[in-house]
Amino acid sequence: MAINGSLLENAVAAEPATRPTWPAQLWGFARGKPLGAAGAMIIVGLLAVAVLAPTLAPYDPYLPDYGAQFSSPGADHWLGTDEFGRDVLSRVMHGARIALFVGFAASFLGCSLGGLLGVVSAYCGGTVDLLLERAMDVLLAFPQLILALAVASILGPAVPNVVIAVAIPIIPRAARVVRATALSIKENVYVEAAHGLGATHYRVIRQHLLPNVLAPYLIILTAQLGTAILAEAALSYLGLGAAEPTPSWGLMLSGSAPAYAEKAPWIGLFPGVAISLAVFGFSLFGDSLRDVLDPKLRGR
Amino acid sequence: MRTYLAKRLLLIVPTLLGVAAVVFLIMRVIPGDVSLLILGGDQTGRIDPQQLAALRHQLGLDQPLAVQFATWLWGVLRLDFGTSLWTGQPVIDEVLIRLPLSLEVAILATIVSVLLAVPLGMLAAVRQDTWVDYAIRVVSIGGQAIPSFWVGILVILFLVIYFGWGPPLEFTPPWVDPWANFQQLVWPVVTIGYRYAAVTTRMTRSTVLEVLREDYIRTAWAKGLRERAVVIRHALKNAMLPVITLVGTEFAFLIGGLVVTETVFTLNGVGRFVVDAVAHRDYPVVQALVFLIALSFVVVNLLIDLTYAWLDPRIRYH
Repeated sequence: MAINGSLLENAVAAEPATRPTWPAQLWGFARGKPLGAAGAMIIVGLLAVAVLAPTLAPYDPYLPDYGAQFSSPGADHWLGTDEFGRDVLSRVMHGARIALFVGFAASFLGCSLGGLLGVVSAYCGGTVDLLLERAMDVLLAFPQLILALAVASILGPAVPNVVIAVAIPIIPRAARVVRATALSIKENVYVEAAHGLGATHYRVIRQHLLPNVLAPYLIILTAQLGTAILAEAALSYLGLGAAEPTPSWGLMLSGSAPAYAEKAPWIGLFPGVAISLAVFGFSLFGDSLRDVLDPKLRGR
Repeated sequence: MRTYLAKRLLLIVPTLLGVAAVVFLIMRVIPGDVSLLILGGDQTGRIDPQQLAALRHQLGLDQPLAVQFATWLWGVLRLDFGTSLWTGQPVIDEVLIRLPLSLEVAILATIVSVLLAVPLGMLAAVRQDTWVDYAIRVVSIGGQAIPSFWVGILVILFLVIYFGWGPPLEFTPPWVDPWANFQQLVWPVVTIGYRYAAVTTRMTRSTVLEVLREDYIRTAWAKGLRERAVVIRHALKNAMLPVITLVGTEFAFLIGGLVVTETVFTLNGVGRFVVDAVAHRDYPVVQALVFLIALSFVVVNLLIDLTYAWLDPRIRYH
């Protein structure tokens, strides 16, 4: 009886572990990973600028003002104006829209397609796996930017084409990472149980594999976001991305910036700062996210 | 080792075939036709049908797809990539002119990046979670975030404004005039070296951290070894394998991948050649270059894997 009693007491005494609320979790993340939190703040700030660009930007980014060409940074134009008298600050703000759009769209597209291929490859095994793996090896044989460049050169300069060109090299990288995780998930007993209960392949993949590869998917997604933004800037710089007069950061660095370098260095300075800041934010955040989500690295 | 070597060499064949097929397809599966893109139409946007037919014939586009692919593969095997539409020279000759510069930049930048990255990465790991670690991490993440072509633009801006220096128009090989060669390449090499040092620093940091948690490191400490001996002799030596792989991959990338940086510094290397070829719609050259760059990537990666196997007996005997 005594034993029973103490068991009961223990059961009552043990508080059910409450799951921390999400603000608490966020706070925990910020405390544990100050660099990651700084990255997240940069990302949130950039997102806000991108969304609110039409209201925040003091001038129309497309509107030339020939009376104000090459104005140096000052009260009227905080970051100066370019060779057409367009406000650099407004153009940098609107540039955030393109950079983030291409960044998110391309990494999402590339990682989702790649992730799906990775899961299917791991789940099917055998010949399917072998063929898909070889196909991914082939795509991995190209340096990321070279493949994007080749695709972009064929598709022509336009924002949707840049998304495709930047997404394609991401596919094999995501596939490889997600496949590795899916291979071990597949061997779990609950997958066997699902099969035993007569679940279809589609159902097993959707219900059991996909949710469990979410961590590597998110890791590769954030890791590729910065790369995608850099790739967009590089392609636009080379004239293969967004076309003039679209305010794309890479494009803003290309034509006029070096040409008027001595006269108006700010034209080439601020878009570069914006690119660096964006990629910096995503790298900081991505690194910390990986530390949190990757169990192998936990406690480091 | 021999079976491993044979296996790796055999695996390369389908990869290269696939690479050739992908390059071929990218250039053919264009909505429309490469020759239309090349001609681009005159002011009115009209294209002379005779000219089109002639170009299609020159490029072999009037042949069936399978024949085209076979012709292209056969050319690749004989290192015959056709002639450039822009200069009229054989593509392979054009590449060989530009290769020494790209190789020199790649080698020097790799050396710079390793010299910076290994000590910094090690220091960050040993002083983990102190301000030293944070500073090194911020500098190295920054190095990855800052586009090297922008750093290049800034460096040139700075040099132009303060020293009246402009990027050179002609490349001087080191065997002609080492000092002129050094002056030409020092800034691009430092710019590129910093960027890749950033990647390598982070890799060094994380592998050294991993190794520092191994039992044999505890043993080394317990033996009473000095920190220097523990870190350099025991930790760094064992942490170097993944770093070597990364450095090798970076080197492979640097040979042909510096499309933007070479453009900024007006270095007439392989990467810039890709950009020029794209700008001139010189598709035989784009096709050949993309293939050759991928080929060098695959070959260097094979060499890295072999080095890895040679250095790490666990892989050799698997």
